[in-house]
Amino acid sequence: MTGSFWLPDGASTLSSEIDSLFYFVTWASVILFAGVVAAIAYLAYRYRRRRGGPAPERVKPNKMVEISWVVLPTILVLIVFNWGFRLFVEQSVAPPNAYEVYVRGAMWKWDFEYPTGAVTTNELHVPVDRPVRLVMSSVDVLHSFFVPAFRVKQDVLPNRYSAVWFEATRVDTFQVFCTEYCGTGHAAMLASVITHSQGDFEAWLASAGVDEDTPLPELGAQLYEQQVCVTCHSIDGTPGIGPTLAGLYGKTETLDDGSTVVVDDDYLRESIVEPGAKVVEGYANIMSPIYGGLSERELSALIAFIREQQ
Amino acid sequence: MTQDMDRSEAAQARDAEEHPAHGDYITHAKSIGSWMFSLDHKRIGILYAVTAAIAFLAAGVFALLVRAELLLPGETFLSAQSYNQLFSLHGIVMVFGFIIPAIPGFLGNFLLPLHLGAKDVAFPRLNLFSYYLYLLGVILIVVAMVVGSVDTGWTFYTPYSARTGPAVLFLAMAVFVAGFASIFTGINFIVTVHKMRAPGMTWNRLPLFVWSIYSTSIVQVLATPVLGITVLLLFLERLLRIGIFDPALGGDPILFQHFFWFYSHPAVYIMILPGFGIVSELIATFSRQRIYGYTAIALSSVAIAMLGFLVWGHHMFVSGQSAISSIIFSLITYLIGIPSGIKVFNWIATMYKGSISFKTPMLYALSFLVLFTIGGVTGIMVGVLAVDIHLHDTYYVVGHFHYVMMGGTVIALLGGLHYWWPKVTGRLYNEVCGQIAAFLIFVGLNLTFFTQLVLGSRGMPRRYHDYLPEFTSLHQLSTIGSWVMGLGLFLVLGYLLVSLFRGKKATANPWGGATLEWTHTGVRPDPHNFHRTPFVTRGPYEFDRIGASRSETVEDHRGADPPDVALNQDRT
Amino acid sequence: MANTSAAEQAAQERSPAHLKHYFVSSDQQFDAAKLGMWLFLITEVLLFSGMFVAYAVYRVWYPEVFAVASTELNPWMGGLNTVVLLASSLTVALAIRAAQTDKRRALVVNLFITVLLAGVFMVVKYFEYTHKFHLGIFPGGNFAYAEMNQPIVPIFFSIYYVMTGIHGVHVLVGMGVLSWLGVRAIRGDFHSGYYTPVELSGLYWHLVDIIWIFLFPLLYLI
Repeated sequence: MTGSFWLPDGASTLSSEIDSLFYFVTWASVILFAGVVAAIAYLAYRYRRRRGGPAPERVKPNKMVEISWVVLPTILVLIVFNWGFRLFVEQSVAPPNAYEVYVRGAMWKWDFEYPTGAVTTNELHVPVDRPVRLVMSSVDVLHSFFVPAFRVKQDVLPNRYSAVWFEATRVDTFQVFCTEYCGTGHAAMLASVITHSQGDFEAWLASAGVDEDTPLPELGAQLYEQQVCVTCHSIDGTPGIGPTLAGLYGKTETLDDGSTVVVDDDYLRESIVEPGAKVVEGYANIMSPIYGGLSERELSALIAFIREQQ
Repeated sequence: MTQDMDRSEAAQARDAEEHPAHGDYITHAKSIGSWMFSLDHKRIGILYAVTAAIAFLAAGVFALLVRAELLLPGETFLSAQSYNQLFSLHGIVMVFGFIIPAIPGFLGNFLLPLHLGAKDVAFPRLNLFSYYLYLLGVILIVVAMVVGSVDTGWTFYTPYSARTGPAVLFLAMAVFVAGFASIFTGINFIVTVHKMRAPGMTWNRLPLFVWSIYSTSIVQVLATPVLGITVLLLFLERLLRIGIFDPALGGDPILFQHFFWFYSHPAVYIMILPGFGIVSELIATFSRQRIYGYTAIALSSVAIAMLGFLVWGHHMFVSGQSAISSIIFSLITYLIGIPSGIKVFNWIATMYKGSISFKTPMLYALSFLVLFTIGGVTGIMVGVLAVDIHLHDTYYVVGHFHYVMMGGTVIALLGGLHYWWPKVTGRLYNEVCGQIAAFLIFVGLNLTFFTQLVLGSRGMPRRYHDYLPEFTSLHQLSTIGSWVMGLGLFLVLGYLLVSLFRGKKATANPWGGATLEWTHTGVRPDPHNFHRTPFVTRGPYEFDRIGASRSETVEDHRGADPPDVALNQDRT
Repeated sequence: MANTSAAEQAAQERSPAHLKHYFVSSDQQFDAAKLGMWLFLITEVLLFSGMFVAYAVYRVWYPEVFAVASTELNPWMGGLNTVVLLASSLTVALAIRAAQTDKRRALVVNLFITVLLAGVFMVVKYFEYTHKFHLGIFPGGNFAYAEMNQPIVPIFFSIYYVMTGIHGVHVLVGMGVLSWLGVRAIRGDFHSGYYTPVELSGLYWHLVDIIWIFLFPLLYLI
C-alpha cells in the first residue's frame, strides 16, 4: 500500500490542499480527544470512591469555563467550515479550458466517450497537466463516480447530467469505484483512469476505438472482459444473474412465456442488442439494452466467442 | 391530602377489582394475557425490551455474517446477492426494529412515569397499541425476508428500489407501520411530561433522562410523518408506478433523497438523544454528584432536536443538489456539533469533586464519553464540504455512524440496562462478568470501527461484497474486532439470563440513586408505581438529601403530608 | 389546574365513570386528551405537507403542464364538495355545542348529518374517479389518455390521486368515528361534564375540512 496511514497518494492538483484540510481536522481531533481522555482519566483516579474518603463536594458552576467551551469549539469549527467551503468552490467549478469526456454509467460498467467519437469501457484515458471535465449520466439507476487518488466523487443520475473535474499530475493508472449502491454487481463496477503525457494521449486517441486486425474470437474474449459480461454470465457453467455461456450455443432454451428457442447466431444477436425481447425462464429481465451500441464487428466477435464456449 | 381522596369511588372500586391481591408489578398477575394486554407502562416497556432484544440479536448476527464474508477478498460463503440482502436487513432491522424503538420503548416506558411521579403514561391504551404497531412492523420485516429478497440498503434509494424484488412493498409497509408506532409513543410521552407530573415536580426538577426523552418525542412527532408519506409514495411507486421519484417516468430521484433524509437525519437524534439521557443519570449517580450544568444539558437536547431538522442535506453533498444548498447545510451541521460538545464537557465536569464508583454501568458511561467523542469529531470531518467529497459513501462514514450509534446509543443502552436491571427484575447481575463484558465490547468496538475509518479514508467504498487486495489486512482486523464485540455481547446475554433466575435479590436502591424510582418505590415498583403520590421537594441529583423529604418511602413515614396548596401546582 | 378543588368536588358529586384511575381529576384528563389530539393533528399536517411539497416542486418545474392537466378536473364537482365539507364542519361544531349544553337530541342529529354530508362528498368523489378511469386517466405509468400525452401529465394525475386519495381515506375514517360517536350519543354517554371524544373528533373533522380547502384550489382552480 502506498500513501500515508490515512490517505492514498494524491495525484490531482487539488488533492494536496484537501489532504492538508483532512490532516488539520484529524490533528485538531486528536488533540481534543487526548484532552477528553486525559481529563476523564485524571478525574476518575483523583475522585475514585474510597472507604472513609471525602464526601462529594458541591461544585459551583464557573461561568468562564462554560463560556470558553462554547466559544472555542465554535471558532474552531468556523475555521474548518470556511476552509472546506473555499476548497469546495474550487472543486465545483471546472476551469474553462477543460477537456471534456462523456461518462455513461450502467449496471454494472462505465463507458467513456471522447470528443473524437471513440468509446472505451472501464478504462478512462486522459492527459496529465490538463483539466478534465467529466459530464456524466446513467442509463438505469444511481451510480457514483469515485477516484480516491484525485479526491473526487459525484453521483451519476438517470435523465440528468452531473459533472466532475480534475487535473491529474502524474502518469499512472488509478482506481475508479462506483460508490452509490446499484445492485448485485455494485462491487464489480470498477474502472481505471489511465493518464498519459500530452503527446502519448494524442497518439492513443488517434488509434482508439479502431480494431480491424484481432481475430474475431479473440476480440470477443477481450470484449467479454471489457464489457464485464462476466459479472452475470459465467463461462465455466456456474449459474449467475444471467444464463452461463458454457454450452449455450445450440442449446434449446425455454422462455418465460413458455415457448422454446434454439440458441443460434440470430437469437444471440437479438439478446445482446435487445435483451428484453426473449428472456429465458427463471431469469429476471434486468440486462441493460446499452450493448446495442457495439459495432457490427464487435457483435460478431462476441457471438464467435460464445460459440466457442462448449 | 392523599391520592385516594380525590379519586372517584368508581375508579377506586375498579382499582380494587383489578388488583385483588397485593404484590409488585410482576407478581400481582401472572397469566400470559395479563402481559400481552397489560396497560401498565412497566410491562409494556418489558414487551418492547424483549422484542427489541430479539431484533438486535438478529441484526447483530446479520452484521457478523457480513463481516465474516469480508474476512477474505473474493466470494467466500455468501454470493453478492445474499451479501447485499444481509447488509440491507442488518440496516433495516437495526434502525427500525431496534435502535429507534429500543430506548424510548423500553426504558422510556418503564421510567418516564416513575421519574415524573405518575401512576402511568397519559394514554395507556394508546401505549399498548403503539407496541402492537411496532410488533406488526417487525413481523412485516420478517414477512419481507420470507417472501423474497430486499437488497436496497436501509435507504431505499429510488430508482433502484422501484426495480428490485417485490418484497420492498412489505418493507415499505413495515416502515410505515413502525413509524406510526413511533409517532404515537412520541405524542404519549409529550403529553405525559406536560400533564402527569407529581406535585412539586417542576420542569427544573425533571431528571435529565426525562428531558432527553421529551426532546426525542418532539423529533418523533415532527419528523416521522414525513417518513410515513415518503414510504407511502415509494409503496405506490412500486405498486402503481406513480412516477414521482422514478426518472423513467419523468420523476426525480433527488426529491426522494430530500424526503428520506428530512426524516432520517432527525431520526439519528431519535436514536442518540435517549442515550444522552441515560448517560446523564449514570454519571451523576456513580459520581454521587449534582450534574454540572443541568440547564445546559437539558436545553442542549432541545436545541439538538430543533437544529436536527435543518441539516438533512449534508447526506447529499455529492448527490447533485445545488452547491448553495450544500454550503448552507454544512454550516448548520457545525452548529449542531456545539451542543453535543457542551454535553460531553458537562458530563466530564460532573465527575469533578465527586465520589466515583466504577460499577459496570459507570464503565459503560465512561466508554460512551470516549466513543462518542470519536463519533463526534469524525462527524465534524464528514461535515467538511471538500473532505466529504472524498469520504462520502466510504467506510469512513460507516465507521463514523457506528461510533455514534453503537459507541453512543448501544453503549448507553447497555449502561442503562445494567443500572435499572435491579429495579426492573428485582435481582442483581454478576458484577465481575459485567466488567469483563464491558471491557470486551469496548475493545472489540474500537477494533471493528476504527479500522473502518482508515479503510474509508484510503478509498474503500461501502456496500461492497468484495474488495481489492490492498484492503485485506484492515478488513481482517475489523472482522476480528466484530468477533470480540460479539463475544462480549453474548456474554451480557448469558449472565443477564442467569441473573433473571439465579441472581441475588436486590434492594430498593442498590446504587444510591436520587430519582423517584429509587427513593419512592420498593425493590420492584407496585402495579401503580407508588404507595402514595410522591411530593417532590428536591432536584433529581441531590444525593445528600435522599430521604430528607417526608414523603419519601424509603423507610417509615414521619409527620403529616404537605398542605394542599403545595400539591396544587399547575401542570403545563 | 386552577380551581382544582371546585372541579374535583363536581367530579366527586357525579362520580364519573369516564375518569381513568391514573388521572387526578377530570380536568387533567381532558387537558391531556386535548394536548394529545393537537399533537396528532400536527403529525397529520406534516403527513400532508410531504405531498404539498411534491406538488409545489413539480408545479414550479412544469407550470404549463399543470395548467393544461388541471383543466381535466371538473371545478363544479370540486366546488360542490367544498360546500358539502364546509357545511359538515358547521354541523360538527353544532354537535359539540349541543353536547356542552346537554342537548342529546341535537347532538345525535348533528352527528348523523355530518356523516351524511361526508357520504355525499365520497359519492361525488366516486363519480369523479370513475369518469377519469373511463377516459384512461390512471396514475403514473398506467396513464392511457390519448388527448394528453405530454411527458409530465401522468405525474400531475399521480399527485392528484395520491392527495385526494389519502384525503378520502381520512374522510372515511372520520365517517366511522362520527358514526360510532352517534351511537354512543344515543346511549347517552356524553353530557356537559364529559364530551371529550366529541370535541376531539370535531377537531379532527375540521382538519380534514381545512386540508380540502387547500386541495381544491391547488388542484382544480390554478
